[in-house]
Amino acid sequence: MSDTSHSAVFVRKTMLPPEPAPARQTGLSKWVRENLFSSWLNTILTLAGIAVIWGLASHFYPWFRHGVWNAASLPECRQIIAARWGEGATGACWAVIHARWTQFIFGFYPPELFWRPVLTFGLMLVAVAPVLFTQLPRGMLKFSVVFPLLAIWLLWGGSIWPVVMIAAGFAVGYLVARILAHWGMILAILGAVVAAVLFWIFVPGPVDEILGRVAPIALEPVASRQFGGFLLAITLGAGGIAMSLPLGILLALGRQSDMFLIKTFSVMFIEFIRGVPLITLLFVASLLLNYFLPPGTNFDIILRVMILVTLFSAAYIAEVIRGGLAALPRGQYEAADALGLDYWKAQRLVILPQALKISIPGIVSTFIGMFKDTTLVTFVGLFEPLKSIPDSIRADISWKGTYWEHFIFVGAIFFILNFSMSRYSMYLERKLKRDHR
Amino acid sequence: MKKSVFFGTLVAAGLTAGFASATTLEDVKARGVLNCGVNTGLVGFAAPDANGNWSGFDVALCKAVAAAVLGDPSKVKYVPTTGQTRFTALTSGEVDMLARNSTWTFSRDTDLKMDFAGVNYYDGQGFMVRKDSGITSAKELDGASVCIQTGTTTEMNLADYFKSNNMTYQPIAVDSNAEGEQQYLAGACDAYTTDASGLAATRAAYADPENHIILPEIISKEPLGPAVRHGDSQWGDIVRWTLFALIAAEEYGVTSANIDELAKGTENPEINRLLGVEGDLGPMTGLEKDWAVKAIKAGGNYGEIFAATIGESTPIGLARGLNAQWTQGGLMYAPPFR
Repeated sequence: MSDTSHSAVFVRKTMLPPEPAPARQTGLSKWVRENLFSSWLNTILTLAGIAVIWGLASHFYPWFRHGVWNAASLPECRQIIAARWGEGATGACWAVIHARWTQFIFGFYPPELFWRPVLTFGLMLVAVAPVLFTQLPRGMLKFSVVFPLLAIWLLWGGSIWPVVMIAAGFAVGYLVARILAHWGMILAILGAVVAAVLFWIFVPGPVDEILGRVAPIALEPVASRQFGGFLLAITLGAGGIAMSLPLGILLALGRQSDMFLIKTFSVMFIEFIRGVPLITLLFVASLLLNYFLPPGTNFDIILRVMILVTLFSAAYIAEVIRGGLAALPRGQYEAADALGLDYWKAQRLVILPQALKISIPGIVSTFIGMFKDTTLVTFVGLFEPLKSIPDSIRADISWKGTYWEHFIFVGAIFFILNFSMSRYSMYLERKLKRDHR
Repeated sequence: MKKSVFFGTLVAAGLTAGFASATTLEDVKARGVLNCGVNTGLVGFAAPDANGNWSGFDVALCKAVAAAVLGDPSKVKYVPTTGQTRFTALTSGEVDMLARNSTWTFSRDTDLKMDFAGVNYYDGQGFMVRKDSGITSAKELDGASVCIQTGTTTEMNLADYFKSNNMTYQPIAVDSNAEGEQQYLAGACDAYTTDASGLAATRAAYADPENHIILPEIISKEPLGPAVRHGDSQWGDIVRWTLFALIAAEEYGVTSANIDELAKGTENPEINRLLGVEGDLGPMTGLEKDWAVKAIKAGGNYGEIFAATIGESTPIGLARGLNAQWTQGGLMYAPPFR
């Protein structure tokens, strides 16, 4: 009995190392087979796709590879390409970007003052950071509040006192609101607005002059017409985004309101703005207003356009947020009421945080769309980066004939900016995800 | 405090009165800068360089007017205007004058409340075709596809021309000159049409200009000139006679090289009156006596400006053609300075 066990000539004492899976079942080949060649139809589609990509790449790659970065003019680019790659070769003339990139970024902003937009942009990142990332110290928000006025002063220059007066107006309004808050929210808001407007009408004129003499703190002024390129696009985009979100929230709440006048006004505003093309509004901003204002009035063109762009995107934001409000279960509203919260507290603490979270993708889409729409200001004679700046560069005989280089460069920068906005919104969605669906 | 309020009121009253009564000339002098509406960018006529300094044929006129009025050709603020915004910019007072290759037409002169102060360039609409198409005359374009900028007078001219010659064409609408060039190069259309000056510049910028020809027919009259607001004749006179001074200077052989010499006085009384050595022409319209000297010094006489910006020695290479002096068979004719 034990003999049989002893007669065993071989007993494996160690584990066999695991065999690698068959080549067909692992790595790249498995992925390729499952995803690209899983059936006859897929195989055909894959091959067709490869053919298209190859066709495009082989057509455009030489153009990129032959690109010239250093030349004084398009004919010189062509000479260099012909010398390097043989007669008849075509290539990109990136030299135009190399020579004129400052115009794409700053427009006709005086070159010796470029540090001002650059500094403003840097400060903007600092100001925006605490809004975007809650883990940063809350104290930074104070700077975010001050930043818009600082940016106005840095970009447009001139005396600092008018900007200080604007800030002082807000401060006066805030103080009045604090004092009147005992008698009710509506009264406080009304009082604040009236006080601030009265302050702005009567105080700045004489005080500016006195302060300007006593402490002449001023930067060299830069006219709005000199703004251009991405400086203009980002100014309009950032200003529009910052102002249209609060306005959009108010409009969305107004549309949900039980008060007849507020509801009617919100509905009419939203439907009118959404029903009219942006270009119409831009023409109104640039041309029609001139006829209504007294001749010689200098109502800044960028400000005019920014206001119209803000109103335009606020109408869309309002509808996006209304979608978020509608998606909230009725129980949330009732729960807020049951806690005894008044309207503003209920909105601020219960309703809006949830509604805004739901609306994030829509809000960011609207912002991205609005940022891209800033290129439409070319129709009112502002130097946006996509068409006006390239057209003015092509007006120089040295660069006449360059075309795709401009589009590719500007498109790439727009993509970087918009893609970061889109990535941030996804980060925010993940961070705010409270449910476990 | 009381004093500053008083001053504020005074300034406000002054401003209101200023808006009501001041002439453009007074405005410009008080401001110290001429606001000149120019094209957002047109090869040879108005183009900003990498530092934002403008130059070109139209820009030279802005400089000449600034020199005549303010004594300094650099005292100009260039306001780029698009085809849509240019006339409103003028009528709303945003600019003092337009030097923006605008065609002088009846309705613009009357209905749009502008005054054209003269013609600084006689243009006309032409066609460009590929040489291998074998077309040598616009009359052979029957049935061709034509790239055309929408919203311009060229569109109407094209329709008129083909209709009156009993031909048909297929319009390919493009938005801008740059897009038109690309469409034409890509073969989307058989012919590209725009102002002849623009065609010459476009052809000059191609990699293979020898493969494209500009057809001899000019199918429209496009007298391009500076424009001012209707109703301020003094300012209109200043712009008009600044342009005439440049043209007359070429006729009389006054150049930026010899003007200092001639301004000391010459045998020719007409030159003396032009340069303010004799007579009081400048003060008659509210300018200094030597206004024309400054205007001519700004960029040279008409011929010098033409040669430096769009003439045959530049890459654009336009011949004088209709824009030669009347003594040379052209249309440039300045009325007498007396």
